[in-house]
Amino acid sequence: MTRHRGRGIASINYPIGMNLGGDPSQALVHSNPSGKFTVALSSIDLGQGMKSVTRQICAETLGVPVEDVYVDTADSDTGPHCMGSFASRGTHRVGNAVMAAAREARGVMMEAAAEELEVNAADLETDGRGNIHVKGAPHRSISTKEVAIAAQFKQGKTISGRGIFLVPLSNVDPETGEMSPATCYAHACLVAEVEVDDETGEVTMIRMDSAYELGRALNPRLVEQQLVGGAWMGVSHALYETPEPYYPDPIHGPRDFVEYVMPGPGDICPHDIAVLERPAPDGPFGAKGPGEMCANPVLPAVANAIFNAVGVRIDDLPITPEKVLRAIKAEGGARPQARR
Amino acid sequence: MAKTALQFRHNGSDVAIFVDGGTNLLVALRELIGDMTPKFGCGQGGCGTCSVLIDGELHLSCLTLAETVAGRSVETLDSLKQGPNLHPLQRAFADNFAAQCGYCTPGMLMAAKALLDRNPSPSRAEVVEAISGNICRCTGYEPIINAILAASGGRASA
Repeated sequence: MTRHRGRGIASINYPIGMNLGGDPSQALVHSNPSGKFTVALSSIDLGQGMKSVTRQICAETLGVPVEDVYVDTADSDTGPHCMGSFASRGTHRVGNAVMAAAREARGVMMEAAAEELEVNAADLETDGRGNIHVKGAPHRSISTKEVAIAAQFKQGKTISGRGIFLVPLSNVDPETGEMSPATCYAHACLVAEVEVDDETGEVTMIRMDSAYELGRALNPRLVEQQLVGGAWMGVSHALYETPEPYYPDPIHGPRDFVEYVMPGPGDICPHDIAVLERPAPDGPFGAKGPGEMCANPVLPAVANAIFNAVGVRIDDLPITPEKVLRAIKAEGGARPQARR
Repeated sequence: MAKTALQFRHNGSDVAIFVDGGTNLLVALRELIGDMTPKFGCGQGGCGTCSVLIDGELHLSCLTLAETVAGRSVETLDSLKQGPNLHPLQRAFADNFAAQCGYCTPGMLMAAKALLDRNPSPSRAEVVEAISGNICRCTGYEPIINAILAASGGRASA
């Protein structure tokens, strides 16, 4: 029995969002008389942090503290329409819609503030701490709360904004088959190092090193969290998970978490991640989104690492010990490749 | 079917309920007592999100017959927070971004509490062992391990 080390690399190019129906999302922003703002969305936060990111985007656009913004994603029956939380589209599509809505709301807020301060709205700026003042004359100032109260009870204005982001639908050229399915792409490269046991066929992750280019990271800790966790979904797809282990016979399929194999805390390995920020021209503050791409490069990198370790090319997922052993047997034994 | 009277301590308070024979502790806690902090994941001991402490020992509430806790002390995640003050483990989970969807978090916290109660400064390997019965789909475990080490005063690193 020998344990063989191998290293594999993969690079990916990942489209943000999709082309279907123009992939629209809507957002509504309005102020309450307290001077706090509510963002209404139908997009759902599954734990990836979309509420945090849209809150940041809204606060930054309005020019108010992030604490003054509440994101409400509760109800898709009553909220503005959204295609959904998928296709790595949340930050980009929903973020753009929130930005448009916040921009419109900011316009009304500045008009209302201008009326109170008896100046031109174009001469006003926000300080990001809940105040609006005349450029170059910070003492000529009014708080967003006072503006909200004046708009509501005196001026009869709604400080609110509507936003939608819609990508023009790209049709397939009947002559060439050409189309433009996405407006921006994220990129990643990952190196996986594995150890393959040629007696049991078991593959152990030794370490991962990766670089992700995902536009501007609006919330670096959330990006890191998603990349760290998502890589293990990738490993899980590569080595463990399948609802159809003996396709097409479903009899031996997994029925629960005991039989549906996933990595546990003892299976993880060090993962060094570099985040490269190249702002996207059409992204909110240059953001694209980590989304699904956090798992994507892991699968081919692991498959390549297994080839590097024992010389077998397995193109059927997941790469179970059984498949590794059968492949090694068919080759007449493990054939470690040159270390890269 | 006749119901059985059952009394036990739940997070420091005495509770008395009537349970059907065969009712598991998870159902008793959630449906009869109204403590929704232990989660239903798989119902057969495969995921760990229903974990609770019985007399200080970690148990899967979905595999525990409710009647077996008569006279004993059951602690759930709900016992960790004291008023507005988070338990040091909860604070460490937040600070280390150890939750994403959050469904595994109650079980992870109870498994971590059981560990720190008997071993206040565990090694990384001991932390991994302690949460090995709990599945997490989102985090890749690394932030959870770091959070538990941080709460124990240990060094949070890979």
